[in-house]
Amino acid sequence: MTSLPTSSHAARYPAGAQAFPHRDLLGIGQLERHEIMFLLDEAEQWVRLNRQPTKHNDLLAGLTIINAFFENSTRTLLSFEIAGKRLGADVVNMHAAQSSVKKGETLIDTAITLNAMRADAIVIRHGSSGATGLIASKVECPVLNAGDGQHEHPTQGLLDALALRQALRERGEAADDFTGLVIVICGDILHSRVARSNLLCLQALGATVRLCAPPALMPTGVAAMGAEVFHDFDAALDGADVVMMLRLQTERMSGQFIASEREYHHLYGLTQKRLASAQSDALVMHPGPMNRGVEIDSEVADMIDRSIITRQVEMGVAIRMACLDVLTRRARGVAGWGERP
Amino acid sequence: MKQQRPLTITNGRLVAADGLREGAIRLVDGRIDALGDVTPQDGDDVHDAKGQLIAPGLVDLGVFAIDKPAFRFGGITRAALMPDQSPLLDLPSRVSYIAKSGKPDLWVHPLAAATRGLEGEQIAEIALMRQAGARGIATGRRWIADTGVMLRLLQYAAMLDLTVIAHAEDAALVGDAVATAGEIATRIGLPAAPAEAESLALARDIALAELAGARIHFRQVTTRAGLELIRQAKGRGLPVTAGVTPAHFMLSDLATVDFRTFARISPPLRCEDDRQAVREAIADGTVDVVSSGHDPRGPEDKRLPFADAEPGMAGAETLLAMVLTLVRDNLLDMSRAFDLVAGKPARLLGLEAGALIAGHDADIALVDPEKPWIIQSLRMEATAGNTPFDGQPTQGRVIALFKGGVRLTD
Repeated sequence: MTSLPTSSHAARYPAGAQAFPHRDLLGIGQLERHEIMFLLDEAEQWVRLNRQPTKHNDLLAGLTIINAFFENSTRTLLSFEIAGKRLGADVVNMHAAQSSVKKGETLIDTAITLNAMRADAIVIRHGSSGATGLIASKVECPVLNAGDGQHEHPTQGLLDALALRQALRERGEAADDFTGLVIVICGDILHSRVARSNLLCLQALGATVRLCAPPALMPTGVAAMGAEVFHDFDAALDGADVVMMLRLQTERMSGQFIASEREYHHLYGLTQKRLASAQSDALVMHPGPMNRGVEIDSEVADMIDRSIITRQVEMGVAIRMACLDVLTRRARGVAGWGERP
Repeated sequence: MKQQRPLTITNGRLVAADGLREGAIRLVDGRIDALGDVTPQDGDDVHDAKGQLIAPGLVDLGVFAIDKPAFRFGGITRAALMPDQSPLLDLPSRVSYIAKSGKPDLWVHPLAAATRGLEGEQIAEIALMRQAGARGIATGRRWIADTGVMLRLLQYAAMLDLTVIAHAEDAALVGDAVATAGEIATRIGLPAAPAEAESLALARDIALAELAGARIHFRQVTTRAGLELIRQAKGRGLPVTAGVTPAHFMLSDLATVDFRTFARISPPLRCEDDRQAVREAIADGTVDVVSSGHDPRGPEDKRLPFADAEPGMAGAETLLAMVLTLVRDNLLDMSRAFDLVAGKPARLLGLEAGALIAGHDADIALVDPEKPWIIQSLRMEATAGNTPFDGQPTQGRVIALFKGGVRLTD
């Protein structure tokens, strides 16, 4: 089997599987700092591959990857599908809307079914926190969490870190991690698994994270997780190096959380004027999909020198390729990654 | 299964209201005839307690299922059944059927649904259900949101001399929450409601009960703020009582970090400070009753993502052992422990049971309070093993159980 040269940072990690001793990727919360760094470094090779005219590698040839999405998704599903296909795997997408889940089959039964089909990796998105862990406990192959309820979305946290690291390096700020950076995450923190994964990931890499939302959309206890809590967006932006905007997750809201979109934009919309409170070269991020004119104005989202929103999407494929590669190394019998099961 | 011959249980330690004392107890015609320094009479059956505790059978105030093997294991001889059944206990005919269902070896005391369909809107036929055997009125797992309905219910209950057993969680504030708001719930991303949902509900219902002159028992009070409201109400001399289940003095929300659905209960597990507050309130007498909340749930209800699982725990088998941990921690003595699980709940239900008193029903548990055992979910007597204490070593087992003077055997 062919393999691209591994990254030049090999000395930074323990050898072989000790660099990433997890069967599954369920959350950033389960990862050590050096494991996050390892995945980011592994993804660099796939960034290079993805920028070539021929974007293909047969690393995972013969392996079956099932994308089991119990919640609607366009971009994450597409990103995982492209990642698997570029690595040569057979990728199958299972849409819950068209599956027996609608016929009353339990999640456990679905997991057992997928397991019986001998998937080599299962990527899961589910509306309930902890659902991917539940499935992982019932199957024999690696499970990747593509978002579970309001819990975690680890590949989003990783890809955001990779996009930010790249943008900083291109600017000549070749810091190894994010120590000293002030990063604002603003929006519907309460309902956001992206906020949780990013908080954990960015903090692990040394950043100071400010969370900003109206009280109704700010979960209790985030200060105990090390975040700085703001309700005033302008105060949060003051001197910030990075601004990450989140959308309002209206599909998860039961009851009224904001007075109106117009009023929300008045208080929390990222406008060019408001962005001026941040550092003059502050970067703008958004995990998508964006609601232009609500949490972010088009003129900000499309700033060529400041917005790295499309780069986030690009890095998503590379990160997911890295995760699929690393998590299947044992099954593929890669030297140093344990016996083939 | 009536008691045929008098039975004297000798050589035990009697759990009396004023403490432990060595002695014997004589049971005649299903009732306690005498206790203390008594000797078997000619023709008596004799049972040697071999130094174990002679205690009242447990009276479990507020179970969700009748589960005889689990109750027998746990020393429970009477159980007050919550109205949240299928079908609901909101009609006299259903209450009447349930009132007879467990006899002779288990007496089930139905709690009448406070409102039709437990919807919290129309008061149910409580007087007729009382006549059919209901021993109390319960709002079920839900709070009655309509303040006017709750006031009229309490006024009616006061007239009928029945205790209202209430669930104290402000429903609008709780919404679809399955956890208590705080760092743990935020970390694992569970829909959460502030713990104050409990004290808000308690404050309203205590005020309404005072207005109506009614007796009210809160089946579970689980927060420091809520327990302080109970303490104040009692200080004013109001007939307000409070209960709790062992989950809330044994566990905090830390038990939910790995999404274990056996720790999904209602009200949800609270923070560590609230757990400590429950222990303090048991010690100082603010908490009157500890019940099992027995609610066995099979995999179809529990092998699900946390928020999708049904709440509830199978608690009958572990109730006594968990209360005995409080005795070992010197929070209370043995007499008080049995008052929490037998004496007080019997008095709230108006039963002549739950204490070793001549003339009371001869419901007796022989207990080895030190006997070690390990709680194992897969080996429980209950119809389902959904215990949050799985794998935990504990102490205290019922060695023999007598209902109406008759020994219950497996």
